[in-house]
Amino acid sequence: MIGFSIAVGVFIILAILLLIFRLHTLVNVMKESDKKAGGGFNKGNAFLFMVFLIGSFGLLFWYSVKNFHLYQLPIASEHGVTTDRLFWITMWITGIVFIITQVLLFYFSFKYRHDENRRALFFPDNNRLELLWTIVPAIVLTILVVYGLFVWNKVMAPAPKNAEVIEIMGYQFAWRVRYPGKDEVLGTHDYRKIDATNEFGLDFTDRAAYDDFVPRELHLPKGQPVELKIRARDVLHSVFAPHFRLKMDAVPGMPTRFWFIPTKSTAEMREETGNSEFNYEIACTEVCGKGHFSMRLLVVVDEPADYEKWKSEQQPWLSKNPEYMAQVPQDLKELAMIKSQSESTKLN
Amino acid sequence: MDSTVVNEHIDHAVEDHAHEHHGNFITNYIFSTDHKIIAKQYLITGIFWAIIGGGMSMIFRLQLGFPEATMEWLRPLLGDWITSTGKLDPEFYLALVTMHGTIMVFFVLTAGLSGTFSNYLIPLQIGARDMASGFMNMLSYWFFFVSSVVMFISIFIETGPASGGWVIYPPLSALPQAISGSGLGMTLWLVSIALFIVSTLLGGINYITTIINLRTKGMSFTKLPLTIWSFFFTATIGLLSFPVLLGAALLLIFDRSFGTSFYLSEIYIAGEALPNMGGSPILFQHLFWFLGHPEVYIVIMPAFGITSEIISTNSRKPIFGYKAMIISLLGITVLSFVVWAHHMFVSGMNPFLGSIFMLLTLIIAIPSAVKVFNYLTTLWKGNIIFTPAMLFSIGLVSFFISGGLTGLFVGNSAVDIQLHDTYFIVAHFHLVMGSAAFFGMIAGVYHWFPKMFGRMMDNKLGYIHFWLSFVGIYMVFFPMHYIGIAGFPRRYYSFTNFDAFSTFVDLNAFVSIAALITFAAQFIFLFNFFYSIYRGKKAPENPWNSNTLEWTTPRNPGHGNWPGEIPTVYRWPYDYSKPGAKEDFIPQNIPFSKTPESNLPHEVKEIEKEKAVEKA
Ligand code: HEM
Ligand SMILES: [Cu+2]
Ligand SMILES: [Cu+2]
Repeated sequence: MIGFSIAVGVFIILAILLLIFRLHTLVNVMKESDKKAGGGFNKGNAFLFMVFLIGSFGLLFWYSVKNFHLYQLPIASEHGVTTDRLFWITMWITGIVFIITQVLLFYFSFKYRHDENRRALFFPDNNRLELLWTIVPAIVLTILVVYGLFVWNKVMAPAPKNAEVIEIMGYQFAWRVRYPGKDEVLGTHDYRKIDATNEFGLDFTDRAAYDDFVPRELHLPKGQPVELKIRARDVLHSVFAPHFRLKMDAVPGMPTRFWFIPTKSTAEMREETGNSEFNYEIACTEVCGKGHFSMRLLVVVDEPADYEKWKSEQQPWLSKNPEYMAQVPQDLKELAMIKSQSESTKLN
Repeated sequence: MDSTVVNEHIDHAVEDHAHEHHGNFITNYIFSTDHKIIAKQYLITGIFWAIIGGGMSMIFRLQLGFPEATMEWLRPLLGDWITSTGKLDPEFYLALVTMHGTIMVFFVLTAGLSGTFSNYLIPLQIGARDMASGFMNMLSYWFFFVSSVVMFISIFIETGPASGGWVIYPPLSALPQAISGSGLGMTLWLVSIALFIVSTLLGGINYITTIINLRTKGMSFTKLPLTIWSFFFTATIGLLSFPVLLGAALLLIFDRSFGTSFYLSEIYIAGEALPNMGGSPILFQHLFWFLGHPEVYIVIMPAFGITSEIISTNSRKPIFGYKAMIISLLGITVLSFVVWAHHMFVSGMNPFLGSIFMLLTLIIAIPSAVKVFNYLTTLWKGNIIFTPAMLFSIGLVSFFISGGLTGLFVGNSAVDIQLHDTYFIVAHFHLVMGSAAFFGMIAGVYHWFPKMFGRMMDNKLGYIHFWLSFVGIYMVFFPMHYIGIAGFPRRYYSFTNFDAFSTFVDLNAFVSIAALITFAAQFIFLFNFFYSIYRGKKAPENPWNSNTLEWTTPRNPGHGNWPGEIPTVYRWPYDYSKPGAKEDFIPQNIPFSKTPESNLPHEVKEIEKEKAVEKA
């Protein structure tokens, strides 16, 4: 019933509009307004361009200033400060060009609107002008490129030797992280060894795997370089940690990496944002299927001491899943027992 | 000369036609080889797809703007894609995004734009009876038609259409286990695109051959309108890049159906380790973007050509820097092949490649900037008439500036780390490509409608359409910059899972409302278009006082375009407001010997050559 009345309503409105349109074309034919340049509304359109220019610039500045805190996420990594600086330099340069060109576009449209008594200027070319606006953009772009290369090469340089190495793996539809444990070496893996429990496909012929641990959250030490070793096990994913200005695809069959230095602990960030519930997060930014929008990983940045403490409390994966001892070669079983004992199990 | 032989040949054919009038409805309007009919076929098909593609975006904008609202009322349309709780299915959301992108990029802005205007304008503006091969031209349309049918069918199959994004990155697109759209839907997508590529190649070869061989007497390359130059470069890019996509798609088909491992390696999915080893998903990305980036210029360059023509005509001024415009189009054509990996800065490829591609990418901004400044200078001291076509052309320039400048952010790899695959990218390309090219297409329709259908479209409706679209599009895409800078990722069904993305709820709702209004405004255009075909005011032969050759044809140009001889061309197409001239325009077919009052010093010499040109 409602549907029917809406349909009738729409029909009546359309009919009225059609009628108005018909009358209007008839009136036009009589007034011959279509014969005039710009259909008799040339001034109107010119005027509207100015209204649009002023109105939209007003809206733009008002919104950009008022909501700055909403779109400018606080920066929590060392390289993020430099990439953001480059972002804002680019913003200033392009912002100025944006204002100049848009103002000229709409102002010229307004100023040089049609006038029966005037002729346009016959001005087909001018090599000096062309040269000017080839060279000036070239110079400005050179500055952006040089600075960009400088920042990019620094961000992408190999990680320092002392970096904390942590593995992060994406799969449909979550992230898993793995720490190397006390030996500070991640055990090798083989995708054919993956099963419902052994999500990483840990290879237990490699002794480095015995003390690896797999926590629920990603913990990071503040002020220390961290290298994420990134992989995916089914389709493409992409590690995105917005506050750290960090993004790198996770590719099945091809390990990738990203290193950075977190600069603010979770606690500090809570204070800075005034949000006691604040948490760092990792999201996925490469479409990976149904649950793409829900691949959230909680990230905690600790003070270095807290981080060490937290690490020492973690139990190796093997000790939590003792049935996988069966996969350990006979001669390494004892080593595996020792390495997979955590502090907490030793205490007992 | 070759061209005259062909032209004479066609001349005879035209005379025969005039006597016999053979051909029936089917050969005249369906399997027609006439470039004007084929152009209209492309246009109508493009409009059909634009409605479908636009409608899809309305559905996912509703989801993004009003995530809490029930979608139950869409069940009659979408059936089981509405879940039992009355929500849009998240996989179907991805299918919508994927189809929207594919349809808009390939079917609307490539076929609908290039297909329509290259076909319509090339013979008319260079002075030819038809395309070099009318038959190939017809095949080109019908390949596109079949491709469209296949894609259309894929929307209705049970497992849904392709859903891995318009870029169809494997492994997602290769594995039906990963997403249901990668089953039959993906197969149909690949078949459809393969047909589409064949269509594009057939069309492109024809455009290039026609422009090179069938120009009328006196129409040297330096007298070609910029529209023709842009179609020429566009077709060249297409010929060189589309085959690479075909290759990429073929390898994907092998991986999907024949167990090869071009793109697949070490995959564990759905409880099973796949046997594929040694493939690389990155390889696909390189191949895809080797087409994909040139493709974005395939979309925008014809729009540039169209606006150059319209802005010059309606400013009553020569286009500023004709040569510079051609050189920048050429520059864009060449450079568009060497920037593709800027889509892959954080794909895991070697960072050194990132450096190289950042450098090359930012270079391409220079020819783009030159074009903008030349448009501005063309407007300067003009005598501007705001026809609807002119309004849309000015809108195009505005969008191109806004979206082009954000290219400088994302083209800088260090900045792109944060912005990649966020709404900032969505804002960038919808302004610089989507909206700009769409405006170019609409401008072209308003401008050449009188020649296409012999009637005028209504101006007032055109103004309303323009203002609603122009303001609406900015209201839709400008806010996405903020949302993108804040890090909101693309292709997200909802943002409620993350604290970081919990803001901008109201802005997203605002964007959706603006999108609905903008979409609704397009129906004003549709009404104007179809109404005017039948009931519009009868058009004069040259309603805009324009210089190019198409306006020398009769009101409804028949097969062969000119009833008598094809006019000879003496001058460039931009003699507007020439000092001394009586009128403010001098068409290309007026010899200098007839305009002694306005000839420039170097043009006086041309008069002697005129006799030779006519004899050629
Ligand atoms: C002014 C020069 C331009 C530069 C420097 C530039 C740069 C870029 C870069 C680096 C990206 C990838 C960003 C990312 O995914 O992280 C990108 C995306 C894109 N650009 Fe541009 N661009 C420019 C102009 C254009 C033009 C003229 C068009 C189209 C006519 C265009 C269309 C696109 C499209 C469609 C995408 C997104 C593709 C996707 O991921 O789905 N761009 N642009
Ligand atoms: Cu994902
Ligand atoms: Cu690109």
